[in-house]
Amino acid sequence: MLSTSLIVLIPLLPVFSFILIALAGRRYFPSLCGILGTLSLLVSFILAATVAYDYFFLVGKAGETYQQIIPLKITWLRFSPNVSIDMGVLLDPISVMMIVVVTLVSLMVHFYSLGYMKGEERYATFYGFLGLFTFSMLGLVLASNIFQIYIFWELVGVSSYLLIGFYFDKPSAVAAAKKAFIVTRFADLGFLIGILILSFYAGTLDFQTLILRLTTPTDQLHNIATASFLGCSVLTWGLVLVFIGGAGKSAMFPLHIWLPDAMEGPTPVSALIHAATMVVAGVFLVARLFPIYAISCPPALDVVMWVGVSSSFIAAIIACTQTDIKRVLAYSTMSQIGYMMFSLGVSRYGGENGLGYMASMFHLFTHAMFKALLFLGAGAVIHYVHSNEMKDMGGLRKLMPVTHLTFLVACLAIAGIPPFAGFFSKEEILQAAFHSNKAIFGIAILTAAITAFYMFRLYFNIFWNKNFHAHSESHESHHGEAPGTMLIPLVILGLMSVCAGFIPFGKLVTSDGKALLTEFNPAFSIAPVLLATLGIIIAWSFYKKESLAPQRMANGLKGLYTGAYNKFYIDEIYIFITKKVVFNLVGRPAAWFDRNIVDGFMNLLATITGQISFLIKKLQSGKLQHYASYFFVGVIAFVMIFIYLWT
Amino acid sequence: MYDIGLFHFLFVSCALFFIGVYGFLTRRNMITMLMSVELILNSVNINFIAFNKFLFPDKLDGLFFTIFIITIAAAEAAVAIAIIINLYRNYNTIDVEEANTMKY
Repeated sequence: MLSTSLIVLIPLLPVFSFILIALAGRRYFPSLCGILGTLSLLVSFILAATVAYDYFFLVGKAGETYQQIIPLKITWLRFSPNVSIDMGVLLDPISVMMIVVVTLVSLMVHFYSLGYMKGEERYATFYGFLGLFTFSMLGLVLASNIFQIYIFWELVGVSSYLLIGFYFDKPSAVAAAKKAFIVTRFADLGFLIGILILSFYAGTLDFQTLILRLTTPTDQLHNIATASFLGCSVLTWGLVLVFIGGAGKSAMFPLHIWLPDAMEGPTPVSALIHAATMVVAGVFLVARLFPIYAISCPPALDVVMWVGVSSSFIAAIIACTQTDIKRVLAYSTMSQIGYMMFSLGVSRYGGENGLGYMASMFHLFTHAMFKALLFLGAGAVIHYVHSNEMKDMGGLRKLMPVTHLTFLVACLAIAGIPPFAGFFSKEEILQAAFHSNKAIFGIAILTAAITAFYMFRLYFNIFWNKNFHAHSESHESHHGEAPGTMLIPLVILGLMSVCAGFIPFGKLVTSDGKALLTEFNPAFSIAPVLLATLGIIIAWSFYKKESLAPQRMANGLKGLYTGAYNKFYIDEIYIFITKKVVFNLVGRPAAWFDRNIVDGFMNLLATITGQISFLIKKLQSGKLQHYASYFFVGVIAFVMIFIYLWT
Repeated sequence: MYDIGLFHFLFVSCALFFIGVYGFLTRRNMITMLMSVELILNSVNINFIAFNKFLFPDKLDGLFFTIFIITIAAAEAAVAIAIIINLYRNYNTIDVEEANTMKY
């Protein structure tokens, strides 16, 4: 049975570990902090797995439908009898799936960091931050109302900021942390306004009531769905604003600029936050409010779809040209999240139409596994090579056999080669796209081929290509592959990447809670698999050995290549807009107004006061007898007044 | 001959008071200023005695006050002379015009 206290312990254990490390552990037992954090996460994961089992197989179903269960609800702030903010736990298929994903990946990352972060000066602090992040993420997915999700959303942003800027003595890390924080904060502004719009019209913050009121056709709903503001209905605006918040966190075009820079953080952090968990928060948010999007407001869903598919495509192209392996992975993350987004976008509510929703959640699950694996594998490579650049790598397959094998599995999974996990989820997404919008399907399948190409470009560049030249003679002797604590998570995640695809997701996670039977259609999957294989073959021919072919190719497509290499100048556009346009047109006039009008008025007052006091300060001569005579004259004057005027 | 009445006493007291005030405001020497202050105090004493004698001959309150004031004046003179000595040590003069640092 579901026990409330056990469910509450899942998010609370990591935060206990955070508090303990922050208050005592950092000072008194820094070397044990890693084990403490890992153990708390291990218990958390076991609890989450138990809850998932109970929910999916024992208590979650009422009849044929998975129910939303609220095991805990506390009134937190009560403003009036009708308006209050609650803190609660909401269990439904997606939140249960997410707690499993978050605790599993976080556990793997905790375990991996025992080896990876060993010897770091701020080792204990690192585990403290990881605990804080895990707590925030779990709170986010379990939130039972939209305000609670917003609180945890910001907490996640803060812990992400702390972890990106972990090496705060590196200026680039500090800049990246600030960039991530500011860009996501900017997007969160949209989210907050969206929350206010939705909750104002629905009259509640609670998810269940909110969804119920905004999907039941009533006069009021009709009013806000048709009332027009700048060409769109109020409801559309609200939902699009909420989506902007989600797009900021999920690094959707054009708010993605922070994600590649966020790779300045330690690699396990990139695996946890910027690949598997935090960046899918946006997808989760749209999925959480999905009934409103799908039933009441399809135009907003179209926005989600186009943003998703364009991010997916652009990121895939950029990923082909990057040379920093973590940046390649960052763009591939963005591309895969784009997949999840447009998959939600093409979906509709209920039954067969909900295929996209289910596919999106499925892809979220499998992607978390293989992307965490890719990042951890890249971490092991970086640990070995001491560099992020592809040109310093090559020929590592003999030197790092376990990493090589697991990395290959993850690459096959993300490329969508059967029978690895990514194949199944990507297949569902392509089918959903095929049934609703052929243009989207076309872009998606092209992106799938590009994905296979750049992932195997990465793979061949790291593990094949030229022979590895250690940067010093002693490198070989002191350096084996990676320690066991780093290899075990790789193997576990590798196994998950192989078999996660066989989970019958259609029965468990669907838009309306009813089981959705998806027929596996071999004929349909021929084209995507062939295209992916083609991508792999091209990558193989280019990068298996050192050759000039990639360079010739790059020269042939000069404009496109330079554009993609420079990330299509989106960072430059941002800088142009902020520095040139915003600063010159808004900032400078405002500063001028502040300096000359506001300050000028104050300065005027001060000058007048100063002048007057300059005139009368002569009275304060410092001579005793002057004071005495003023006093005497004053007394005489008072006496006169009292005698002659006071009658 | 006239009897010496209240008016005469008040005249003397008033004259003494203004002589004291004039001295206080015009002299630069602090000892002289202190003496002027004593004059002012004594004019008040004369006032007290005179009013007591002519208006309430059966009471002694005015006399008490006068004795009080004389006592206090003695103490005050001691304090004032201590201040003057300090001033002299700091400025090498007891001219109040020189001690003018307490201004804007």
